[in-house]
Formats: sequence, structure tokens, C-alpha cells
Amino acid sequence: MTENTLPLMFPAYAEIFLLVMALVVLMADLFLGARRRWITYALVQATLVGCAALTIIIARTLGGVTGYTFGNMFVGDVLASVLKLAAYISVSACLVYSRRYLEERGLWTGEYFALTLFALLGMMVMISANHLLVLYLGLELMSLCLYALIAMNRDSSASTEAAMKYFVLGAMASGLLLYGMSMLYGSTGTLDLSELAGLISRGTAPTVVLVFGLVFVVAGLAFKIGVVPFHMWIPDVYHGAPNAMTIFIGSAPKISAFAMAMRLLVDGLLSLAIDWQQMLIILAVLSLALGNLAAIAQTNIKRMLAYSTIAHMGFMLLALLSGVINRNLLSAGAAYSAAMFYVVVYVLTVLGAFGVVLLLSRAGFEADNLSDFKGLNQRSPWYALLMLMFMFSLAGIPPTVGFYAKLAVLQAVITAGHIWLAVVAVIFSLIGAFYYLRVVKLMYFDMPDDASPIEPAVDMQVLLSANGVAILALGIIPQPLMALCLYAVEQSYGLR
Amino acid sequence: MQAATPWLSLAIWVPILLGLAVMATGGDRNAHIARPLALAGAIAGFLVTLPLYAGFDVGTANMQFVEYSPWIERFNINYHLGVDGVSLIFVLLNSFVTVLVVVAGWDVITSRVSQYYSAFLIMSGLMNGVFASLDAALFYVFFEANLIPMYLVIGVWGGPNRVYAAVKFFLYTLLGSLLFLVALIYLYNKSGGSFEILDFWTVPLTLDVQKLLFFAFFAAFSVKVPMWPVHTWLPDAHVEAPTGGSAVLAAIMLKLGAYGFIRLSLPILPDACMALSGFMITLSLIAVVYIGLVALVQADMKKLIAYSSIAHMGFVTLGFFMFKDGTLIPIAVEGALVQMISHGFVSAALFLCVGVMYDRMHSRQIADYGGVVNTMPVFAAFMMLFAMANAGLPGTSGFVGEFMVILGAVKFNFWIGFVAATALIFGAAYTLWMYKRVIFGDVGNRRVAELADVSRRELVFLVLLAVAVLGMGVYPKPFTDVMQASIDELARHVAISKL
Repeated sequence: MTENTLPLMFPAYAEIFLLVMALVVLMADLFLGARRRWITYALVQATLVGCAALTIIIARTLGGVTGYTFGNMFVGDVLASVLKLAAYISVSACLVYSRRYLEERGLWTGEYFALTLFALLGMMVMISANHLLVLYLGLELMSLCLYALIAMNRDSSASTEAAMKYFVLGAMASGLLLYGMSMLYGSTGTLDLSELAGLISRGTAPTVVLVFGLVFVVAGLAFKIGVVPFHMWIPDVYHGAPNAMTIFIGSAPKISAFAMAMRLLVDGLLSLAIDWQQMLIILAVLSLALGNLAAIAQTNIKRMLAYSTIAHMGFMLLALLSGVINRNLLSAGAAYSAAMFYVVVYVLTVLGAFGVVLLLSRAGFEADNLSDFKGLNQRSPWYALLMLMFMFSLAGIPPTVGFYAKLAVLQAVITAGHIWLAVVAVIFSLIGAFYYLRVVKLMYFDMPDDASPIEPAVDMQVLLSANGVAILALGIIPQPLMALCLYAVEQSYGLR
Repeated sequence: MQAATPWLSLAIWVPILLGLAVMATGGDRNAHIARPLALAGAIAGFLVTLPLYAGFDVGTANMQFVEYSPWIERFNINYHLGVDGVSLIFVLLNSFVTVLVVVAGWDVITSRVSQYYSAFLIMSGLMNGVFASLDAALFYVFFEANLIPMYLVIGVWGGPNRVYAAVKFFLYTLLGSLLFLVALIYLYNKSGGSFEILDFWTVPLTLDVQKLLFFAFFAAFSVKVPMWPVHTWLPDAHVEAPTGGSAVLAAIMLKLGAYGFIRLSLPILPDACMALSGFMITLSLIAVVYIGLVALVQADMKKLIAYSSIAHMGFVTLGFFMFKDGTLIPIAVEGALVQMISHGFVSAALFLCVGVMYDRMHSRQIADYGGVVNTMPVFAAFMMLFAMANAGLPGTSGFVGEFMVILGAVKFNFWIGFVAATALIFGAAYTLWMYKRVIFGDVGNRRVAELADVSRRELVFLVLLAVAVLGMGVYPKPFTDVMQASIDELARHVAISKL
């Protein structure tokens, strides 16, 4: 379908809708007030459904063809559509999981909804960016909302500290990224990612400046993804933020971070793959090692999951660095789709895991210590079973879907000839299995310290159960999601 | 050839689905529903395997009851099931032992009953899945998924040191499996994008690659078998596991490792297996001799049987890895397989016997017993039979397998046969000595004097096992006939070098 037959800005309709709705929500809440906040909440969920509908319509209308708008600054491809859908699901689930928690703490306010929606808008812009500045704009929009979300619980010094840390380090990382982008601009004279790719592959741009810029771009990226040695903020922020904010930071932003990596490294800098693949090897191995080893020592489940996310992002990078083999792209589709599948599966699983943490939290009690999970099987066998699914999925044990994510990544890594990397990855996975097992041990083998009943809201019960069942069901039938990821990557990059 | 009725799928999914149904009965209030449902599930699971035996064609080595449908097209992974003579008997054994385990736990397990039974039923289905898989990825999924229920069984219903044992069991086996996974993916790429085990059989591989793959496979299977020196998880796991857990662990789960060797290592890596056969034989003989001696000094009955399992599995790996004239010695392989089945019966029986005593006395220490025959004569008679079978007395199943392996070993090299045969003496020594100290002699203490003989429920599984042990010892032909064609085919296949 040509651009002429479609309305202007068509690929960005979902973003425009979201922006309008975010403003509506912000205004509406002022008039509705606290008593009728459920209307605001319903409006937010309806907005997400509307966005999902629009994204599906856009994807169907474009039919696998990549659409551009805003003078090629904004791209609507299959990859973007799929990742956006994953982001909607994740944000929507965050809202459901966090509702009771936030209500009990007086944080269930209009600002929370507005910040969440604006953060989502930032993610969507990142996912669809085809221009360095647009990418940066999306990133900053998301990050600023996240800083504010973390600090929302003003009276908690831990939250404020976490927000400060995140803000200072995040600003520095943005600076690094921007500096790297300026190098790329300086050597090629363009900020458009497609043009940038074309100019670099022609080989006329000065390589030294390009690689110099690349180093800064990768550093900024590594910070946002949260891999060693740019990981320092993750444990503190996860730990310090209120549980409901941790689940938000730990889920959807991973999808946008992955999208950013794809846009920068694959859309823009694929010709420099030889250079950035080496950098990613170091980042990935360090992350796997430090993430898994440090997670063992944690007594706080949020900190443990923070280190685990470092390890998981390292694992995802393994697939990202296996795309280009000897300057050919034959298995790039398989590798990038493995990374994408890994991220989506990770987000889905970690949502459930944090969901259980939120489930156990009550007014005045944050169930964020590992010991709070003691004897969960006696208190509620069903939620213990769900948590068991999430933990084994994170550990990558079949029949949960986490196994297939690991399988796909390992296949990509081995195809690229990095067998030693695969062996390193599985050895650290083994070490990782230990701390996931410990959670299962606490839930099943120990006696509960706290026998208070678990009475979650109905919407949470349903969604959390569906989340756990999805982890198992996707493990028994992983083909559709895998095929979707492969289709998205192949279609968006013309790798067939 | 696609099977008309998916008997293999039924053998896998009937226990799993009924296991989930048992789990759904919920808390211990509903234990009176969970127990009969679990028994029904186990019996149904066993019944659906009978048509496999009845309809099995012993004249061919081809895979039978084949089921094939695409599963994950993205990686060309298929839901491909089938059995030959080697795998069929394990499916039967597994489903049979599950019934016994359910009966054995009947009024012993009183806490979290539904979870206990559902774990065993699910495990039974998953293990049938391992034996029936013809797709390596499917095999791996079933192989690994077993870890979850077993981890819970040991950790929730086990003895005092159960957490240590459960974690050790899990991590040990996971380490091996992950390297195995890397090897499988390597083979997948080599074979041009197929996970079919039968395709792997014909992939050409250089000797160096074969050796590396061999060690990756070895990491997974030797831990499961377990072979010396990676056996140390087994005594811990056995001692801490509940009776049913020990029985399943010894009877079936250890067989997964040996089955992996015969289904994957030998046919896929024939040259590496031949080149490294000395290594495997050495480890096997160490297991047979050294572990036999270790068993002799155990003070804990379960530990003793656990070590005896390692020694007996040493005969199995010995039988698999003796090469003569460039191929396997069929009688040794056959003996090893018979030994696996026999050990499945005998070790399950011995663990259940210890369980019978433990339920009454709450002690597994040999020193706490003595003179049990005076108060439990019927039980003593049954245990006598199983102890004799463990020692390899002619007329019991234990004799057939060991005899055939030794026969093969003598053909291969007289001294290896000699060492293996000598080890039989250790087997007799530790088993009978334990039996003597526990069962015979004066009544050791007041608690022994108050023991009640076996209940009707206990009689059920003891009789069933006694029939199996004696039947197989006197007339092993039904078992050996089933596997004959497959073993010949395996030997023929291993003889073809891949270099």
C-alpha cells in the first residue's frame, strides 16, 4: 500500500490517541475526584484497549509493509506493532496488579495514571523511532515519567533516594547516548537511521569517529537495558521503589530498551556489527556472571529479581550479538527473533513474579523479603504453584516457556559459532537456578511464619492466574509466539 | 506408520491429566477423594500401556506405535513418539511401579496428600514421555521436566536433611542436562535443522567432535545413572526422600541415564564410544567394586540400598560399553537391559521393604533392628526373596542380567569378567549381612517386639513385586524377546563408523 492512499500520520495513530487520552485522563481525574476514581481507572484501561485496537488496525492495513511518517522520522513496521502490543499488555497488567497496593498507600491518584500513560507513550515513540532525536525524545519522556513514578511516595526516604539515584545516573547515561549520537551525526551528517545505515555501509564516513560514537551509544544503551558494568542503578532502584513501581520499571521498559537496541544497532549501525558484537560479548558475559552470582546473596526478593534481570538481559544480548556471522545475515532473523522472544517471555514471567509480591503485600507490609514467601504452599497452594511456574520459567526449566526462550537464544549463539559462549551461558544459568530454587524451597519446604489469609481482589486473582497459566500454556505450545517474533523481525528487516 | 490409537500419548497424558485432577482436589480435607483418584489414575496409566505390549511386533527393530505431528515448526521440533524393544519395557516398568508407589503411600502420607500423589502421577507420565520420545527436543523437555516434581517430592515429604538433598539433586542433574542441551543444539545445526533422534544417528561427525559431544552427553547421563564419581547426590537424595520417592528414583529415574546412553550416545557417537570404552569400563568397574565396598559399611538401610543401586547400575554401563570386533557385544547389552529392569523391581522392592519397617519404627538404622523375623515372619520371607534377588541368586531376576553381563565381559576380556564376577560377592555380602542384622538374631529391643506383620495393603505390593522378580528370574524370555531385534539393530548400527 502506498503512502498516498493512507492518511497522513497513519502509522502514529496509536501514539496520537494515547497522547490525547492521557491529557483527557489528567483533566477528567481533576473533576472526578477520589471517590469516582474507578472511572478514571476504567478510562485508562479503555485507552490501552483502544491503543491495542489501533495498533492492530495499523498492522493489518499496512499488511507487513513498513510505513513511515513525519518525514521518515517515525516508522510503523511489524516489529513495532508486536512490541507495542506487548507493552500494552504489560502496562495493563501492572495497573491491575498494583491497584490494591496503591489504594492502600494513597498513591492511586490521577498523577499515577497520567505518568504511566506518558511513560507508555515514551516507550511507543522509542519503539517506532527511525531518527536519533526521536529515539532520544521517547527515551527521555519515558525516563522522566519513571523518575517521577519512583518518587511518588514522597514520605518514603528509600523511594526518594532510589529516584535520585536513577535520575542522576539516568541523566548521565542519556548524556553518553547523546554524545555518541552527536559523533554519528558529525561523521555522517544525518540523524535519520535509514540514511545513517546507508551512509555507513557506503564506507565513506570516517571509521574512527563512527566507532568512537558507537562506544558511547552502546554505553548509553547498556545503561538503559541494565547490563554490567552499567547496572549499578538496577538493584537500588528496584529495591527502593514501591513494589507497584518496581513491577512497572521491571516490565514494559525492557521491551522498549530492546526496541532501542534494535533501532540503533540493527536499523542504524548494522554495518558496524563486527565492532558492536564484540562489545556486547563483554557486556553479556559480565552480566551473566555478576547478575547470577550477586542474586544468590540477596535476602530481598526485589533485589534478587533486580540482579536476575541483569543476568536475563545479558542472556538476551547473546542472541542480539549472534545475528551477523561473517558479514552475512543468513541467520540474523533467527537470532534477532530469539532475542525478541526472550524479552517478551521475560517480561511476561517477571510481571507474574512481581504480581505475587504485590499479592502478598498488605497495608503497612511490603512482602519483599524472601522470608515472606515461607510456607506459601500452606497458605495458598494455588499462588504457590503460580510462583513456582514463574520461578522455573525464569530458571529456564521445561515445560515452562522460559526454557524455549533459552533454547532459541542458545540455538542462535551456537549457529554463530560461539559454542564457548553457550557453555558459559548455561553454566551461569545453572548458578541462576539455585536462587530461583530457593524461592520454591521457601514456599514449599518451609513452614509459614505468617498465617494471615491471602485475599486478593477478583481482577487480580483472574489476571494472575491467567498469567501463570499462560507461562505453562506457552511452554506447551510455544510455536505461535515464536513464529510471530520471527515474522516480525523478518518482515521488518526484509530478512527472508 | 501412524498408530491408529495413540497408545503412547495415552501412556503419557493419562497419568499427567489425572495427576492434575488429583491436585485439584485440594487440601487434606479431601484426602479421601485424592487417594482413590490417584490409584485409579495409576491403574489407568498402567492399563493403557498393556496394549503396547500386546500389540508389539517382536520381529522388527523399527519404531512402533509411531505418532507424529508438528509441534514447534520454528525449530522443526515434532511431537514424534515411538517405541522399540528397548524403550517399551521401560514404559511398562514405569507404569507398573507407579501403581505400587501409590499403594505404598496410601496411609503413610498424611500431609498434602493430593500434591504428593499428583507429583508421582505427573512424574510417571513425564518419564513415559522420555522413553517414548523420538525427537531430541521433546526428549529433553520430558527429561528436564521430571526434575520439578522430584525436587518437590524430596523437599516436601523427605527426611530431616531434605532441603540439602533436594537442592543437590536438582543442581547436579541440571548441570549435566544443560551441557547436553548445548550438544543437542549443535547436532541440530549439524543435521541441517532437525531434532529427530533417528536423523542424528546418521549425521557424520569427526572423532574430535564426537568426543566433545560424548562428554556433554556423559555429563547428563552419568549424573542420572549415576556413575562414579558423580554419584554423591544419590545417597543423599535416597535417604531423605519418602519411600515412594526412593522407589521411583531407583526404579525409574536412574534408568533415564542408562537409557540415554543406549538411545543417544551409542548410536549417535559410535566412534567416540568405542574410543572411550576403556574410560567407561573403568568407571563402571570402580562403581561395581568400590561402591560395593562402600555399601558394606553403611549403617543406614536406605543408604546401603542406594549404594547398592550405584553398584548395580555399574553392571549396566559395563554391559553397554564393551566393544568387540568394532561393535557391541549383544549379550552384554541385553544383560544390561535385563539388569535395568530387574533392578527396577528389586530396588523398588527393597526401598518399599525399608519403608514398611520405617513406618512402624521411624528408624532406618540397622542397629535399631534385630530379630524382626520373630514378629514379622511374612515380611521377613518377602524381604528374604528381594535380598536374594539383590545378591543375584539364580532363580531371581537379579541373576539373569548380571550373569549375561559377566558372560559378555568374559568374551571381551577375561580379567574384566573376573573383576565383575568377584564384585557379585560384595553384593551378596552387604545385602545378606544387612538382612541378617535386621531380620535375624534375638529381638533387639522392645519396639521390635511390638511390631505388627504386614497389612493387606503392604501385602499387595510385596506380592506383585515378588511375582515380578521370580517370574523374570525363572522365565526371562518375554523380556528378552521384546528387546532382541532392537539390540541386534543397535549393534549393527554402532558397527558403522561415522568417520
